[in-house]
Amino acid sequence: MTSIATSNGGAAARTAHRPSMRARMQEALPKLVLAPSFAITLVFVYGFILWTIYLSFTNSKAFPKYVLTDARAYQRLWRWTFESDPPSSWYTSITNMAIFGVLYVVFALAIGLLLAILLDQKIRGEGILRPIYLYPMALSFIVTGVAWKWFLDPGLGLEQTMHQWGWTSFHFDWIKNKDYVIYTVVIAGVWQASGFVMAMFLAGLRGIDGEIIKASQIDGASPFQLYRRIIIPLLRPVFLSALIVLAHMAIKSYDLVVALTSGGPGGSAWLPSNFMYEYTFKRNEMAVGSASAVIMLATISAIIVPYLYSELREKAR
Amino acid sequence: MSTAATTVAPRAPGSPIISRIVIYGLLGLFALVYLIPFFVMLLTSLKPMPEIQHGNILALPKEPTLDPWIRAWGEACVGLTCEGIHGYFWNSIKMVVPAVAISTLLGALNGYVLTKWRFPGHRLVFGLMLFACFIPFQAVLLPMATVLGTFGQFGKTLINLTGMNFGFGNPTVNLVFVHVVYGLGFTTLFFRNYYEAFPTELIKAAMVDGAGFFQIFRRILLPNSLPIIVVTVIYQFTNIWNDFLFASAYAGSGDVMPMTVALNNVVNTSTGVVEYNVNMAAAMIAALPTLLVYILAGRYFVRGLMAGAVKG
Repeated sequence: MTSIATSNGGAAARTAHRPSMRARMQEALPKLVLAPSFAITLVFVYGFILWTIYLSFTNSKAFPKYVLTDARAYQRLWRWTFESDPPSSWYTSITNMAIFGVLYVVFALAIGLLLAILLDQKIRGEGILRPIYLYPMALSFIVTGVAWKWFLDPGLGLEQTMHQWGWTSFHFDWIKNKDYVIYTVVIAGVWQASGFVMAMFLAGLRGIDGEIIKASQIDGASPFQLYRRIIIPLLRPVFLSALIVLAHMAIKSYDLVVALTSGGPGGSAWLPSNFMYEYTFKRNEMAVGSASAVIMLATISAIIVPYLYSELREKAR
Repeated sequence: MSTAATTVAPRAPGSPIISRIVIYGLLGLFALVYLIPFFVMLLTSLKPMPEIQHGNILALPKEPTLDPWIRAWGEACVGLTCEGIHGYFWNSIKMVVPAVAISTLLGALNGYVLTKWRFPGHRLVFGLMLFACFIPFQAVLLPMATVLGTFGQFGKTLINLTGMNFGFGNPTVNLVFVHVVYGLGFTTLFFRNYYEAFPTELIKAAMVDGAGFFQIFRRILLPNSLPIIVVTVIYQFTNIWNDFLFASAYAGSGDVMPMTVALNNVVNTSTGVVEYNVNMAAAMIAALPTLLVYILAGRYFVRGLMAGAVKG
């Protein structure tokens, strides 16, 4: 019996029966079930983020130190941001991020949209083509990197093949060239992600109301006009989703650079994620590594938080 | 849209025949581009070394051989040990299976609570878990390393006390833990969105009949969850199998490495002549599990990607 425990008035008074132990268990059960996951998230995501932020304000080198110093790590990053000649690792990382981020997003969107539109022309064999465009998404970045590293190898890969086919002036050594290596990361990255973007756009296209299209055709719109004026504007939500997903994947990219380029000649293919890893675990500059992680997090948050907020808002009607 | 048979393909510009040719040509060209790297990888893995050094990457093997595959599986060098990649393959399996099972089950329960047993603040809880999906893991990498180090210390103490470490400090267990923690957001998202559309009336009716929290979950929701379970399992399997960052940070050396890390090491091991055919065979083996899943259940794979992308 629970007669003593139920003294907190309201609830007990409202119910005709005294809530039994079992009933109250039932009441609390859902929260108890959710609690571990939520607690884990709070500690291992948000707690750890705070921990990383804290470390970025210390003087940690090879081991974490917990005496707060000042924003020295950020000051160093800030100084390195403008150190372009010779480029600091951080300068290389963020310029690469800009190049890779923009090209990766733009090309994946463009190719994805093009493929989706082409596939939406009542194509025979769509069932075969679609999985071909999408399968790279099932591969790990390491496998993608290994495959493309081999394919782009100037000595043995594409270049050699072209030479054998008689195109002897063909020259493609970007993967070994410190100024161009980041573009090979773009190629492999777009190869991997564009099929996925295609799938998103295709789902969007299939969701468009046929009546709208018919109406505009009756009005005499050419197919080009139809796409430019009607269909592509209707796909705006898909553009937004794809953009967010791609931008966030771009900022998180790490494995591909490692597998494809091993960091590139002299670290010339580094992205901020590689910078973070190297400084934290290899160069014994934990504070600097943490500061760069915080900057990455802030960048992603600036993209994701408004998006999630509006999405959740919308769903809450 | 079913337009009358007499109208030309409604969205194609220009003359119908030419535009058809252009469309199929472009689609075929792209298909080729998407297939070639994989095709080259496969061809290379079936060629003997002399053929690779003097041949053409696109040429079919003259003397196809499975030897590189056998060597990759049993003899390839990862760093200094030359025992092939089979051990690392199993490491990955041992890591993936429990991690997927646990995170999927927890995600299902979380989704159930967040849709059918709502409480004040449920939206905030979900929002916080959802955002966790998108953080760059670099932001938690170092604290997690420290915590896992503490687990290891604790494991040593346990060994001294009891002769067993109960999994504390075991790299595979560590990775399972890490993948469960950082996969929870996604699995919760999948199940929440799925259960959101599940008729609440059924739950209410069951409650009137006296069914409890777990009974409803087991008898009513789970039997109807097969599609989303498949989606979640595939998504988690692919992500965890393909992970490299956590694997290299927490199990980056020795015989505890998962497959991705081992593959990267195989390829970058530069003792003697680089055996490209063995490297490619190793890459193929690393890719096989996820490719197989994709081939067998592509539809669900796509659905998982989309659900992970178009949230809410």
